[in-house]
Amino acid sequence: MNHPERILALLSEDARLTPAQLADMVDSTEEEVAAAIRAFEKDKTILAYKAMIDWEKTDKELITALIEVKISPEKAMGFDQIARDIYSHRQVESVYLMSGAFDLTVIINGRSMSDIARFVFDQLAPMEHVQSTSTHFILKKYKEQGVNYDPQQFDEREVLI
Amino acid sequence: MIDYESLLSERVKVVKPSGIRKFFDYAATMQDVISLGVGEPDFETPWQIRRAGIQSLEKGKTFYTSNWGLADLRREIARLAMRRYGLAYEPEKEVLVTVGGSEGIDNTIRALVSFGDEVLIPEPSFVCYTPLAIMAGGVPVPLPTYEKDQFKLTPETLRAAITPKTKLLILPYPNNPTGAIMTRSELEAIAGVIRNTNIAVISDEIYCSLTYEDRHACFAELPGMRERTIVIDGFSKSYAMTGWRLGWALGPRELMTQICKIHQFGIMCAPTTAQFAGIEAIRSCDEEVVHMRRQYDTRRRFLVSELRDIGMNCFEPKGAFYVFPHIPDCGLSSEEFCSRLLMEQRVAVVPGSAFGESGEGHVRISYSYSMNHLREACSRIRAFLKTI
Repeated sequence: MNHPERILALLSEDARLTPAQLADMVDSTEEEVAAAIRAFEKDKTILAYKAMIDWEKTDKELITALIEVKISPEKAMGFDQIARDIYSHRQVESVYLMSGAFDLTVIINGRSMSDIARFVFDQLAPMEHVQSTSTHFILKKYKEQGVNYDPQQFDEREVLI
Repeated sequence: MIDYESLLSERVKVVKPSGIRKFFDYAATMQDVISLGVGEPDFETPWQIRRAGIQSLEKGKTFYTSNWGLADLRREIARLAMRRYGLAYEPEKEVLVTVGGSEGIDNTIRALVSFGDEVLIPEPSFVCYTPLAIMAGGVPVPLPTYEKDQFKLTPETLRAAITPKTKLLILPYPNNPTGAIMTRSELEAIAGVIRNTNIAVISDEIYCSLTYEDRHACFAELPGMRERTIVIDGFSKSYAMTGWRLGWALGPRELMTQICKIHQFGIMCAPTTAQFAGIEAIRSCDEEVVHMRRQYDTRRRFLVSELRDIGMNCFEPKGAFYVFPHIPDCGLSSEEFCSRLLMEQRVAVVPGSAFGESGEGHVRISYSYSMNHLREACSRIRAFLKTI
């Protein structure tokens, strides 16, 4: 099939597209698309399918923090392993290795500020290769993964004929 | 007691108001209606273009521009015509910045058409040409196009319609409402018919950025056509800037200076803020245009395939953002079909007859909507077709 990455681009925008619909959109057959998706799932090019939810609209308490982490170089045993020690905690949403003034960005969700503080004090800061942490609480989310948190509610366009 | 009937111009009175206006006004009062009716992009204007408009306001750029438009903008438009088509237009006297493409069409018709002159208008096509020709004192002559010809204008149809009174030919491709395009070789055949005549051409190329297979061919590119062609284009569809009301007309100096007179005395100049935004659009938004075109193309493929699957025979549109399917053979006119589809499944589409008699038997469906919107609409149309 031509350009199977077109399927990835479409699924990254809307994971609910069916193989039949994708086949129409990329000019292929349902069978070919389904096979391409299976291959992408098998080799973990497609890692997961998730819904984006604005938790502010629910009763769930959710606080998100971004933590800058510096790693002490002399004790460093390889960033990948340190990162794994961090991202293996269930509350951790994202971990990125950074260039610049610090080494890892850790994004973490919790039910309250104390929840997150506990994670930093009890889990993150004591790790032997963690030199320092700097925690920033996220006050408001505007846009994530290309999706606005405040989408336009109504189609204001008129039919002009 | 004032007599409005005798006050009003006969030429204006004879133009019928839009028949389907009340249909959409009614649809707007209903709950849970899914519209596939609009003729404008669903994308917001790219942010850098909006920012350029805002910055021009912050800098106090709130005055009239030259009647022709900002010099920088005219230079950018001329460069764009060179880049796209290899066509050279002088920014000083051959590029006019207008209030959308529509104003350029109106001005050109008025500049060319004298009382009784015939204006050849392919059908189905956008609704403005016929009323504008009538209001200019001209006689509109429809040139029907058919699905069997992929809604392209054929040289035979054109040749048969030409009379000594023919003044002007409108070429509306890529076409609203059919999505038809004309390739360079098909345009060559049209050029061949008019090459030795004194007929002028308005080539309305407002959808030129939205073609999905071949590169769009500009009619003025063809040998001998630049001298008789006014090319109409604009920012509305390519850059998702409908509300800014900004377009342009390109043509030979002898025509443009006369067209500019109408613009000068009727309009003064296009909105200044929009003109500053337009400069940014041409300078930095090629990638945005490509991105939008890809999105439309994906939806186009999806919609054509879905409509065929649910039993609406559908010619493959290769331009603009409309499909123009046949309504199934059920004894309903296109207006009745649309009316029942609205009442029974709350989906609003435009009857093909709104775009001329040869549009009867079709509906126009716009795909300038999100995929979720299109999916829901198709499932409702499917349910409706099961009941007729």
